[in-house]
Amino acid sequence: MSDHNTAGDEYRDAWQAAYEAAQLRDTAFSTMSGVEVDPVYGEGPYPGQYPYTRGIHASMYRSRLWTMRMFAGFGTAEDTNVRFKEILRNGGTGLSTAFDMPTLMGRDSDSEWSLGEVGRAGVAVDTLADVEDLFADIDLSGVSTSMTINGPAPIVMAMYIAVAEKTGVERAALSGTIQNDILKEYQAQKEYIFPPRPSVRLITDLMRFTSAEMPRWHPVSVSGYHIREAGSTAAQELAFTLANGFAYVEAAVAAGIDVDAFAPRLSFFFNAHSDFFEEIGKFRAARRIWARWMKDRYGAKDPKSHMLRFHTQTAGVSLTAQQPRNNIARVATQALSAALGGTQSLHTDSYDEALALPTEEAARIALRTQQIVAHETGVANVADPLGGAPYVEWMTDEMERRAEEVFAHLDRLGDGSILEGVYAGIEDGYFVSEIAEASYRFQREVNSGQRIIVGVNAFTEGNEDSEQNLLRIDPGVEDLQRKRLAAVKSDRDDTAVEAALARVRADAADAGTNLIPALLDAVSAYATLEEVVAALESEFGRYTEKAVI
Amino acid sequence: MADPQIRIVLAKLGLDGHDRGLRVVTRMLRDAGFEVVYLGLRQTTEMVVSAAIQEDADAVGLSLHNASHMTLAPRMVQALRDNGLDIPVIVGGIIPDDDIGPLHDAGVAAILGPGASAADVAQAVRDAVAGNAAV
Repeated sequence: MSDHNTAGDEYRDAWQAAYEAAQLRDTAFSTMSGVEVDPVYGEGPYPGQYPYTRGIHASMYRSRLWTMRMFAGFGTAEDTNVRFKEILRNGGTGLSTAFDMPTLMGRDSDSEWSLGEVGRAGVAVDTLADVEDLFADIDLSGVSTSMTINGPAPIVMAMYIAVAEKTGVERAALSGTIQNDILKEYQAQKEYIFPPRPSVRLITDLMRFTSAEMPRWHPVSVSGYHIREAGSTAAQELAFTLANGFAYVEAAVAAGIDVDAFAPRLSFFFNAHSDFFEEIGKFRAARRIWARWMKDRYGAKDPKSHMLRFHTQTAGVSLTAQQPRNNIARVATQALSAALGGTQSLHTDSYDEALALPTEEAARIALRTQQIVAHETGVANVADPLGGAPYVEWMTDEMERRAEEVFAHLDRLGDGSILEGVYAGIEDGYFVSEIAEASYRFQREVNSGQRIIVGVNAFTEGNEDSEQNLLRIDPGVEDLQRKRLAAVKSDRDDTAVEAALARVRADAADAGTNLIPALLDAVSAYATLEEVVAALESEFGRYTEKAVI
Repeated sequence: MADPQIRIVLAKLGLDGHDRGLRVVTRMLRDAGFEVVYLGLRQTTEMVVSAAIQEDADAVGLSLHNASHMTLAPRMVQALRDNGLDIPVIVGGIIPDDDIGPLHDAGVAAILGPGASAADVAQAVRDAVAGNAAV
């Protein structure tokens, strides 16, 4: 066993050096009774060491707590701008944008499809003018902006760059994330516009553009959150998400981008659901799988390419409309699992979200919930405090094993390419039917009482009390936004718009041309989102899902 | 009491892509012996009307999750009436209590919230088709 001991010592020495080099938070790392605790327990590989099962940093939350990033946005761009400035005045540096459904689907506010949905679930963006209003009087070189959008992501990204440059901020100075993960849309969230292949081309165009010109930007956030919300199991969420990540890596490499030039800018987004240890095992397995595949299969050399960084959101789908305040307890345990799983940032859901968009009070309680986990429970004192526990290690292995089964299936489907396997799985309904099957199984267990959900199929006393204080969106927003769009259309130079859209069509037809410059041209001429989408659609076509159950 | 004769068209109107609920309801109703025509995502009221005519449907079920129910559900009821179809519209999804009265006034036959069990859903459809809608 002397070999093992030697290896153990090497792990320990390397970890010790990394830990000592890290900046620590100015706080006591001791229990409530005054017992000083070590930064890590158990065996190597330690946190910060390949394959990063135990975390991506040696000191983890002793250096920096996870980022408490709360997602918000509704109404007009001007309303959201007021909210943004308030966040910045209160010392926040991260802005997170939610768009309304028409924007997410590439429809303008005056489209027949948009009726009743303008400004409802997020901010409405039709033209560059709306993004100008959204970020008015905000220095974009000093903030990090997160934009949750997928189908039309490269167009909205072009709008953001155009606004920055109009205010004198160079694109290279911009920092933030755009979700831009189209594959999970076909699998789960269903906010797609074009078919998978041209959509992935748009994503690789954006990756190529940001790796060359925007070094501080994260061009894709590979998201399992929506896969889980659509009803998948934890293991499916893990497997499908990482497979999508591998698919983007293969697409980027095929487009001639060096793996180590973009992999460090990839980030992930997972769900924290209610089965506590399963979630923790999932997070730990995600890091280990990603590290191994990036190193062994894709030949990435930069350790940063091996490290899986992730954002977490508690499970919206676990929130119940019955006795909604019980959701505060659900969110708390889910947030705790994310912290024990080593997340880099966390959004905690508001208890009233099964009923409507959150009120300000409910959103504050949600933020307070993760602050309590961070500052009162002591879990941030020790990196991977559950590492080495037999059940947790077994669960981590089991999650990995199940995910590897899915990768093997996709690899076979794609003849040795995960990207092709994912395309095939989208085309033959594999992902959709796996997820539908899992969600129906869960629902049957709830219906039969085999699985208890408090307030739903047990302990229902109190269900009759209804939640009075719900957020209502002013229906006048839709009218206002339509007028705004009409005004922009009458002020712009239509000849310039037509010329810019012609260039978008031409560049779309040529797979070798990066589309981002043409998109920048079009949005700068105040072409509308739907006009740009239509120009791309004339080459790419539109995706419709086969209605299979 | 199985009613294998009842045929229902299920759809999501508008842009909202949250189809988990409708997929589960489709399977629930099929397991309960109903004939379900699942239209899926991104349907217009015209598409639903034409499916209801072609399939000779007894009812239409809509799943709405995006706070657009006050706009879309009454339009669906009206579109069926305009085409001479006297069949009930049943709505499922996130519907705040305050909106339930106005939706009934607009002609929606039944409203199913997130707590509805498989039995509740089947009963609501049977009642709506029989013309003695509860809830």
